Amino acid sequence: MPSPDPLPFTPLETAALLPDRFRRWFAARGWLPREHQLALLAKASDDRSALLIAPTGAGKTLAGFLPTLVELSSPAASKGGGEKSLISTGRGVKRTGGLHTLYISPLKALAVDIARNLETPIAEMALPVKVETRTGDTPVSRRQRQRRYPPDILLTTPEQLALLLSSDDAPFLFSSLKRIVLDELHALVTSKRGDLLSLGLARLWRLAPEMRAIGLSATVAEPESLARFLVPQRDGKETAADIVVAGGAAAPVVEMLDTKERLPWAGHTARHALGEMYDLIKRNKTTLIFVNTRSQAEMLFQDFWRMNDDGLAIALHHGSLDVAQRRKVEDAMAAGKLRGVVCTSSLDLGIDWGDIDLVINVGAPKGASRLMQRIGRANHRLDEPSRAVLIPANRFEVLECRVAIDAIAENAQDTPPLRTGALDVLAQHVLGCACGEPFLSDELYEEVLTAAPYASLTRTDFDDVVDFVATGGYALKTYERFARIKQDKQRRWRVTNPRVRQSYRLNVGTIVEEAMLKVKLVRGRGGGAGATGMIGRGGRMLGEIEEYFIEGLVAGDTFVFGGEIVRYEALVEDQVYVSRANDKDAKVPSYMGGKFPLSTYLAERVRKLLDDRRQWNALPEQVRDWLSLQRNFSLVPAVRELLVETFPRGNKYYFVCYPFEGRLAHQTLGMLLTRRMERARVRPLGFVANEYALAVWGLGDMSFMIRHGKLNLAALFAPDMLGDDLEAWLAESALMKRTFRNCALISGLIPRRFTGEEKSRRQVLFSTDLVYDVLRKHQADHVLLRAARADAAAGLLDLKRLGDMLSRIQGRITHRELEHVSPLAVPVMLEIGRESVYGEAADELLAEAADELVKEAMG
Amino acid sequence: MRASKVMVADVTFVADLSGALFWQEQRLLIVSDLHLEKGSSFATRGVLLPPYDTVATLGRLAAVIARHDPRMVIALGDSFHDRDAHERLSAPDREALSAMQARRDWIWISGNHDPALPSDLGGVVASEVAIGPIAFRHEPTGAAGEIAGHLHPKARVATRGRSMERRCFASDGERAVMPAFGAYTGGLSIRDPAFAKIFPTQGLMAHVLGDNRLHAIAASRCY
Repeated sequence: MPSPDPLPFTPLETAALLPDRFRRWFAARGWLPREHQLALLAKASDDRSALLIAPTGAGKTLAGFLPTLVELSSPAASKGGGEKSLISTGRGVKRTGGLHTLYISPLKALAVDIARNLETPIAEMALPVKVETRTGDTPVSRRQRQRRYPPDILLTTPEQLALLLSSDDAPFLFSSLKRIVLDELHALVTSKRGDLLSLGLARLWRLAPEMRAIGLSATVAEPESLARFLVPQRDGKETAADIVVAGGAAAPVVEMLDTKERLPWAGHTARHALGEMYDLIKRNKTTLIFVNTRSQAEMLFQDFWRMNDDGLAIALHHGSLDVAQRRKVEDAMAAGKLRGVVCTSSLDLGIDWGDIDLVINVGAPKGASRLMQRIGRANHRLDEPSRAVLIPANRFEVLECRVAIDAIAENAQDTPPLRTGALDVLAQHVLGCACGEPFLSDELYEEVLTAAPYASLTRTDFDDVVDFVATGGYALKTYERFARIKQDKQRRWRVTNPRVRQSYRLNVGTIVEEAMLKVKLVRGRGGGAGATGMIGRGGRMLGEIEEYFIEGLVAGDTFVFGGEIVRYEALVEDQVYVSRANDKDAKVPSYMGGKFPLSTYLAERVRKLLDDRRQWNALPEQVRDWLSLQRNFSLVPAVRELLVETFPRGNKYYFVCYPFEGRLAHQTLGMLLTRRMERARVRPLGFVANEYALAVWGLGDMSFMIRHGKLNLAALFAPDMLGDDLEAWLAESALMKRTFRNCALISGLIPRRFTGEEKSRRQVLFSTDLVYDVLRKHQADHVLLRAARADAAAGLLDLKRLGDMLSRIQGRITHRELEHVSPLAVPVMLEIGRESVYGEAADELLAEAADELVKEAMG
Repeated sequence: MRASKVMVADVTFVADLSGALFWQEQRLLIVSDLHLEKGSSFATRGVLLPPYDTVATLGRLAAVIARHDPRMVIALGDSFHDRDAHERLSAPDREALSAMQARRDWIWISGNHDPALPSDLGGVVASEVAIGPIAFRHEPTGAAGEIAGHLHPKARVATRGRSMERRCFASDGERAVMPAFGAYTGGLSIRDPAFAKIFPTQGLMAHVLGDNRLHAIAASRCY
């Protein structure tokens, strides 16, 4: 970690950095300029790019804009004497006076909010500065005007930047650019949006060599690597922006709820602590209650509703709710009218809403940095500590909460390392470049290498991507005449027809949304499932739900949505009709697991905690007892050890192991282990994975087989499972198909939107699964399959983590043959039936549907 | 069980896992909706789908022909994705097709995608064919004893929060609609009203193509 700025600025230095009218403005508000605000001004006057690392509430945004405001306030700095003139040239119109500063935010709401906040200092100091926003919601007329008469400061999103860069106006708009401010950089760089942004930056560095960047970020594990994002990488050498760390934030006060209730063995609802949470809300002014998934939010909100005898104003906020509904909650929150908001990561980022004095985090924290950022949402005043209470929902989560609190006390970070740029995003960018000015391959390759995520891109990969954009990149060269881009006599690539340009503009961006369906509350048929009769038509929109979830339901199934239990009635076009159900519990669990797996760092700490008995004293008594029981009955594994337990139960045999590597890696492990077990004639039937453990059950007596050497554990967990077994499984994997779909859409192989009309998402233009099957069979090394493979390895399959684990445990597998289930195995065993069982055997599922029919028929 | 029985107007057909139908007594093989050259058809409009769909479809067709060695093959319409598609067939694909046509009768039923097929494709072109009590045509009319294609039936099955969607034969014992055989052919849910028009009775079954076997599931159980 770089240390905070060593010495405060002297008054003389402050005066040199901050003009008189700014000092007076600060004084009039009773403020002093903060160290890091001055430090950024100093970096700007030294012509350096900088990464500001600061907690929420540190005046980060103002710090990012001060250099621009100061520069634009002095008449000498303003462009062309402040006159914007139009000069006609051969090609359209040549104008002077482009943008001075560009601000990029991951959320359009944030851009709009920042614009509003900037207006205050600009108005109060009477600065000659024009600020505008540009998002998907900006009217076309204003967008056109912005391209002709750009403001000084434009606030926008990565997608809008890509669109502007692909237009003819790009050189005019950007060649005068002095600064780019990247907000919430830590969040942007973890996804493909970050890749797209980095390529946009590379383009800007070529158009505006004088441009410097300011990155605004929460605390991250590797600030040096994040700082590379902000400056052009050249000649294989790593260069980075200067790092400024804002100090002075009070350490947060984080506790774990020491519940008086019995701690559940499994589950994610934390229903046992409802009363205690309710009391916390009652005792504080405004409380944010974070949970990990939408369905958890739904369930918790509903529970609060039932017990809310005091009539506390408690609201619900998650990404699937109707936008108008969300805005209403946000406004009520800003006005201080709410006592509590149950929310998901939909509130992880974003605008500040006044006084939140407590954050409750329900369930697993998953990662220390993530938790810290959530906690930072409480109390946006730097000098007072944020307060948070963690509510573990089961015993394993107690361990996770414990180590997360320790990590926060040590200010340890576990944000993921910088991504390697994805090839599908590059394909989109290459097409975007061709839509603007024609490019030479050599030049564009050099430019792309300056983007930090693409600094080690090989020329072969680049050429393959260009070939893909041109004619699909197929070994069978049959599409030359249908090329989307072609080389002219100077070997510059240009788009072949305006339709290509139009299609690019309609499909820009890397966010592939889950197909969503609208949920409408109607009057039920009455008489339960299967009854015939009309379904009432009129009804209220509750929000949107993932299509794949609905596809798993049959009419009559109940689930939780919009804060109540509803019954699935029918799917009518793109609307899901549901009716109110009076059931106490929903039939179909919709816990899909959070989006993020347990971080490697926290997992390691949990293993250490288990291994170190002295640390057990810091745990609640119930958890200590649980671990002691486990020690007596089986074993508590050492840090690097893998414990495998086998035992019979009912008429099946169970196999439970504890890798502690997160749900995604465990699911992959489960897929691969069961393949091997099948070959070893264990006859596995299914498996279930959670964040800590994996349980497999089958018909073969695994204890007996291990005892007699018929099942060799070292061989079972041998790292070569990531070879052929992985390949064989991937070929058919639904996860892989889903990943491929995203790559096909982002790369532009299959358009999401066609010229003019937006296809309803249910009528997807073309099934990417069919394309996947054909392509895999006929050109397995195609660039898109490589892109999908890289995505899956880093994402849904978590291959790297699995590989690391397999090498860690070699020679350290301990087997315990047990009479019955162990205390440590109970949580994962309880997931069976609660989580959907993993496995992709189509025939079993179809046969089950057919068998049910037979039962029905036989009465 | 790689195949299962489907009855149409008292004739027993073998429904093959590949999506083909075989009439044992007549040694007649029926496939529907090959949509050859669908990939290149999209390419002309700027969507550069992998150009391997024709070779994939013909490969599967050759395999099912080798398995049953039929005396006659009926391609039940929409064999080519558009009017010019046959001109885009590659030379190797054309040869593969000729090899399949050798030593057997071959009937191209014309469909809405390929209403006018040229004679140099080998085989005979017809708008419909009747053999015994069975009528073969592209677009289903709902008549008893009819085997048709056109609709690309598929079935979605859900249990306990999981679901799966596959191609299927649709049949009520009196008439049948074949699944699409082409590598790039999508599908229409067997619950779509289009099927209710053709199958007036309650007994509509989906013979769903699984990974290793077919599954007979009542259409009312599907989505």
